[in-house]
Amino acid sequence: MPTTMRINGKVFQSHSAPTARLLDVLRNDCHLKGTKEGCGEGECGACAVLVNGKLVNSCLVPLGQMERAEITTVEGLPEDSALARAFVRCGATQCGICTPGMMLAATALLAEHAHPTLEEIRWGLSGNLCRCTGYGRIYAAIAQAAGGPADV
Amino acid sequence: MSLTGAPAQRDQRADSPARVDGFAKITGSALYVDDLPCAGGLFGATVRTAMAGGILQEVIFDPAMDWSDFVIVTAKDIPGVNAVKLLENDQIVLVERTFRHAGEAVVLLAHADREVLGMALKRVSLVEQLNPDPIFDIDEALQAEREMIPGNLYADYLLNRGDLAEGERRAEVVIEACLRTPAQEQLYIEPQGMLARVQANGDILVEGSLQCPYYVLDALVQCLGMDKNRLRVVQSTTGGAFGGKEDYPSMIACHAALLALKAGGRPVKLIYTRGEDLRVTPKRHPSRTLIRLGANKAGTLQFIDMDFAIDGGAYRTLSPVVLSRGVIHAPGPYKCPNIRVRGRAVATNHPPFGAFRGFGAPQSIFAMEVAMDRLAKKLGMDPAELRRKNLLRSSDVHATGEVVGADCFAHATLDVALERTHYHQRLAEYKAWNAAGHPTRKGIGLATFAHGAGFTGNGELHLASRVSLQVLAHGHVEILCSNTEMGQGAATTLVQIAAEALGLPMDSVYLAQTDTSRVPNSGPTVASRTCMVVGDLIQKAAERLLRRLREAADLPASYDAQDFAAACGRLHAAKGDALVTAHYHPPAGMLWDEQTFWGRAYASYAWATYIAEVEVDVLTLETRVLDFTAVQEIGKAVHPVIVRGQIEGGVAQGLGFALYEAVLWNARGVMANDRLTNYIIPTSADLGDIHVVLLEGGLGAGPKGAKGVGELPMDGPAPAVVNAIQQALDIDICQIPVLPEYLLERCAAKPPAQEIPTVRREY
Repeated sequence: MPTTMRINGKVFQSHSAPTARLLDVLRNDCHLKGTKEGCGEGECGACAVLVNGKLVNSCLVPLGQMERAEITTVEGLPEDSALARAFVRCGATQCGICTPGMMLAATALLAEHAHPTLEEIRWGLSGNLCRCTGYGRIYAAIAQAAGGPADV
Repeated sequence: MSLTGAPAQRDQRADSPARVDGFAKITGSALYVDDLPCAGGLFGATVRTAMAGGILQEVIFDPAMDWSDFVIVTAKDIPGVNAVKLLENDQIVLVERTFRHAGEAVVLLAHADREVLGMALKRVSLVEQLNPDPIFDIDEALQAEREMIPGNLYADYLLNRGDLAEGERRAEVVIEACLRTPAQEQLYIEPQGMLARVQANGDILVEGSLQCPYYVLDALVQCLGMDKNRLRVVQSTTGGAFGGKEDYPSMIACHAALLALKAGGRPVKLIYTRGEDLRVTPKRHPSRTLIRLGANKAGTLQFIDMDFAIDGGAYRTLSPVVLSRGVIHAPGPYKCPNIRVRGRAVATNHPPFGAFRGFGAPQSIFAMEVAMDRLAKKLGMDPAELRRKNLLRSSDVHATGEVVGADCFAHATLDVALERTHYHQRLAEYKAWNAAGHPTRKGIGLATFAHGAGFTGNGELHLASRVSLQVLAHGHVEILCSNTEMGQGAATTLVQIAAEALGLPMDSVYLAQTDTSRVPNSGPTVASRTCMVVGDLIQKAAERLLRRLREAADLPASYDAQDFAAACGRLHAAKGDALVTAHYHPPAGMLWDEQTFWGRAYASYAWATYIAEVEVDVLTLETRVLDFTAVQEIGKAVHPVIVRGQIEGGVAQGLGFALYEAVLWNARGVMANDRLTNYIIPTSADLGDIHVVLLEGGLGAGPKGAKGVGELPMDGPAPAVVNAIQQALDIDICQIPVLPEYLLERCAAKPPAQEIPTVRREY
């Protein structure tokens, strides 16, 4: 039986097995390559997407649970937003492989806390590994996107 | 020489234009190797040895399985040489009979369905005969009767200055220690992978995640026995490397190309899973250092004696050059008349160790800096004062015999770091805190060090790098070089250097995709050399280009982008050569003797003082870094935001090295904790504040006096953290990572401070 979801606002029907990983459905069936696989076991957050507004690791989610779900991937985020501009300006991306997941984690965080404290940012990103930045530039970008100071 | 203000005081916006790769990465549109289209393609997988070296007796393909749909490659399918081209042809591409470690590739499989491929991997069985007594320990390898190679030594170096015996006579206080650092995984978040296809004319195209396209090209030439002109290597967006994608991509590229050669025109994608990547690709060399330091009562160093050994693993790969950098950096940024450093890279049955940010220096600097604190303690001196007394100044003689010139800022970094951290005040506060019986103990520790940028000694001369600039008719300029963007910001920095030298806006300059069919060989993207060495070549090429445009196309002395475009149009119309190339020439006085480690080892050293403040929970023995301050003199920050990002990220990796990252080995010498659930790198919740201070002396060998910075931040965090913990708990720490389990052991072992193992010490 096919699974019907809304992905980035568009209805999508997948005929993959209900046990298929959401990550593979997004990458292979929907050709949304912005969602990355870093570890395949829910540790790194490179495959993070929003499911009904909640941040989840798509490598751990079986397709069968996605019936009628609202899914947002990095391709579904606005290209020009305060967050995107701040990520560029602050140097929050280096190699970029964690960046899509970070953008979604930041989106989820800002939806919950419009003006997050540094501590809230730290915890909000703690499920997303970045090996390049030491995280400081990412904190700065999120604070800046939330209307905070230019330098954190 | 005065230091200009740190870039924090300069206009950062003007100096730090937006990253050229920023938009594609933030929107998720950048294509990494696993994202590349591969229509009608196959997926590749690798069958590997299970034993720690031995003889392969038989390969059995399960007869119950239909293998007709599979592409199968074994050693007999290799058209060229069965060895990965690097320093020496000792590492094999595919095992034919003998092998040296668990995890060596034997059979390559490709199939259109990833799931079927996964099942098929389990249906190939290898009959292996294990060599007796595999070796996994450095000192065991040095003493073992069983030799994998003569003496089990890949390299044996001696740096010898002055007279050690004289130093021993003059020394009034001597300390001795044995210090160890573990393997460390680079843990780029994008696993390694390659995509290979045979094109209609029979040429082969390999695309993938890599640092050094010409290393991969040379490896393909040798393994496939094909002409260079029929092979093309293209770098896809690379999701982190840190040294980990310096040599191993050559192996994966050979495997993918061998499969593609038998796949009847279908492309083959060979992407490692995280577990496979952790188990088989190279990591930082584990090290063991026996160190003795002697000083007079006033704290002036009289001798440094180090026996520095690193585990090279089962093949030579890059170990001799890692060792050489480790040896040169071992005596630190100190003035000492009598120095002996013996360095050895030993053969064991681990998978080969390789490049990782710092390349041997973090290991030997760790030993030196922890030993300096032991010496300070024995002298009853403050560790900062001991360093101040011994740090190099201009006109002192460096350990390699080089007279230190004006470009020496060791003292400046120490002064700034002490001031910024309120070091002496903190020290007193933490002593009072620790005496008051709180449930935690606090400490403040430091490390002073220098890191040489570029290839060691004559390395840059041998590389003979070339960079070209191509003028397009409409006034845009393309940079052609083989240096790769892997997250460190090279693409932006190189474009910025070219744009500035040409007096053009950034968007008039492009960096060509790293494609060996188009770009000249400007050397590998390693050794903190890209900004300094390649950036300097770009600047020289830009000067040459401007000269040509003035002479051949009437570019006015003062011009804007429009004048420039018009001159480019005239150059093209006149069919003038629109390509200029700059070649590497060593800086004056760049003389180096590889046999005696004598001369000028690096074109520039960056100088640094790092200070860690830690808190250890007395009950759980967990260590938290409260604050970290990284002060470095780097010549010139070309792009301050990128430079800060490099330092912050490097410090984070260094803190992981110090506190969390433990590679555990199984009985076959393979990484046992081969998952991100049990190989722990710092998360955002683990790291405290990292303060970066950039000092600019403007005397480096790069553009505007810049020096390399990529590797520098890896050197300091581990010794600074360990020194802070030693102070907090008043114990000796002899290894990293400082896990609570280890601290429990050390605290229980107190007071007998430490054991010094007896090992071969002849020189």
